[in-house]
Amino acid sequence: MGKYVVRRLLMMIPTFLGATLIIFYLSFALPGDPTAGRCGERPCPASYVEWFRSHYGLDKPFLVQYGIYMGRLLTGDLGTNYYGNTVIHELAIRYPTTLKLAVIAIVAEILIGIGAGILAGIRRGRFIDSLVTISTLVVIAIPVFVLGSLAQMVFGIKLKWFPVTAGDGTWGQLLLPGLVLGSLYVAYVARLTRTNLVENLRADYVRTAYAKGMQPARAIGLHALRNSLLPSITYIGASFGALLGGAIVTERIFNINGVGSLIYRSISQRDGTTLVGAVVVIVVIYMVMTLLVDLLYGLLDPRLRHE
Amino acid sequence: MSEIVTTTAAERPRSLGADAWDVMRRRPLFWVAAVLVVLFVAMAIAPELFTTKDPRSCDLAFSRQLPSAGAIFGYDFQGCDIFARTVYGARASILVGIFTALAAALLGGLLGTLAGYLGGAVDAVLSRIADIFFSIPLLLGAIVVGSVVPLSPNSPLWRCVIQIVLVLVLFGWPNTFRLMRGSVMQVKPNEYVQAARALGANPFRVTTSHIVPNALTPLIVVSTIDLGSYIATEATLSFLGVGLPGTIVSWGRDISAASGIGYIRNAPHMLLFPAAALCLTVLAFIILGEVVRDALDPKLR
Repeated sequence: MGKYVVRRLLMMIPTFLGATLIIFYLSFALPGDPTAGRCGERPCPASYVEWFRSHYGLDKPFLVQYGIYMGRLLTGDLGTNYYGNTVIHELAIRYPTTLKLAVIAIVAEILIGIGAGILAGIRRGRFIDSLVTISTLVVIAIPVFVLGSLAQMVFGIKLKWFPVTAGDGTWGQLLLPGLVLGSLYVAYVARLTRTNLVENLRADYVRTAYAKGMQPARAIGLHALRNSLLPSITYIGASFGALLGGAIVTERIFNINGVGSLIYRSISQRDGTTLVGAVVVIVVIYMVMTLLVDLLYGLLDPRLRHE
Repeated sequence: MSEIVTTTAAERPRSLGADAWDVMRRRPLFWVAAVLVVLFVAMAIAPELFTTKDPRSCDLAFSRQLPSAGAIFGYDFQGCDIFARTVYGARASILVGIFTALAAALLGGLLGTLAGYLGGAVDAVLSRIADIFFSIPLLLGAIVVGSVVPLSPNSPLWRCVIQIVLVLVLFGWPNTFRLMRGSVMQVKPNEYVQAARALGANPFRVTTSHIVPNALTPLIVVSTIDLGSYIATEATLSFLGVGLPGTIVSWGRDISAASGIGYIRNAPHMLLFPAAALCLTVLAFIILGEVVRDALDPKLR
């Protein structure tokens, strides 16, 4: 187990370097001039532009800038953006909100997704099965920004069940946006759980359990479900990174001040430092989640123990 | 199993494809999906056949008018005929979906076969490269690249489509790569592969005529399903302003133009029709992929 973890951590290093290099290059290549508009309605004096470029290291070649950035990153310093705020601070005030969104989405995936999948799988071919299969298909087919706008309209404005926007980022305000963010993955989890359960319910070991006279609830719960839920757990863990990326759309619709809107704003303001910092943290969270899921998988499935 | 036993020497054993086709054509869902796909592809190829109106000739006097006999889908904010725009919008979405799915299947499939068959150092290097692109969420990567290389409103359609396809493939290929790699690794130890090798077939022949045909099914199924989700992602990019420029008639643009809260309240038909067209297309490809999977997977029969 320990050996496996060390090997996986070592494998993360090239992934991390590669991903940061790509993002750093892209933010380096963002078109536009960060000094534009900093001096009111006239162009900035040459001396200021020169000071600005050397202060932020923009005059150095790309690889040197990347090297300096990575050096600072190792000491936990994500840099200072062009507005004089440290990126750590910018992220620290927004990450709680986005993480709350992601947590709501994950909880929905577990409760609604797995729950609906189990119901549909056990009652295969009945009404509830068709309901789950069809409604998940519809959710998958509707782009999330349409779903978000419709949910905001119906539940926020017409029915007034939820607040229309989520400016303060409280749990209550974030409930509807979190469900919208998670909707696509809830649908995938439900379908995945159903497919695996249907397959396992026909497996020989479940038939054996019935043949031995085991109660159906015990045969399904103990034998079929345990084996069916493994892929769903992997999928839920892997969806975490995509949720953080998808937050860009959800946060825009519901006017939430989180990491997604920070990324969107940093792109439009040519604020490369903030962009790179925000994305680097997402990549790290994603890699750690993947590792945790793989370790959990080994614990749950004895066939896959990482010796 | 019984089928194989009862097959006499005189009749040819039926191929997996013929078997699957037999299962598929008895399912109504297959025909619903197939008809929808044919319909939307026809719209993409020849929109003139479906409407005589020009999606770009608009009259502000008709702004936001509800559906009527003259314009069955009504008019949008600029007074353009929504039916004409929905018909003409199919082309961009379908082109992006088909080419992204094809390119991701080809690139991921090819590299996945290499990694799965060769293993060792090749596998390690390719897998790490795939990990890098996999760790950047597709939407996030596409937004950043779309801002670095903005599409100008004057770009022709093919230029925009190529760029969006490239961006989506760049961050989407690790999925198909992992799938094909796993699938090839599963097929490789089979006896018939060893037999082919023992008979002196070279690695190229072993791969192309024994491994790939037997490992291809998951890739085909997932690519068909992904085709739909790529269309939805393109629309999302257009919603965020980094997809197709507004000068190109596309569902994504029309949906995003109509999804402001004020518009949904006062002119829901502006959102309804392009969104319905988009959803039906995505749905058709997903259902098609699932029907094909069910037909090819004997375990679910």
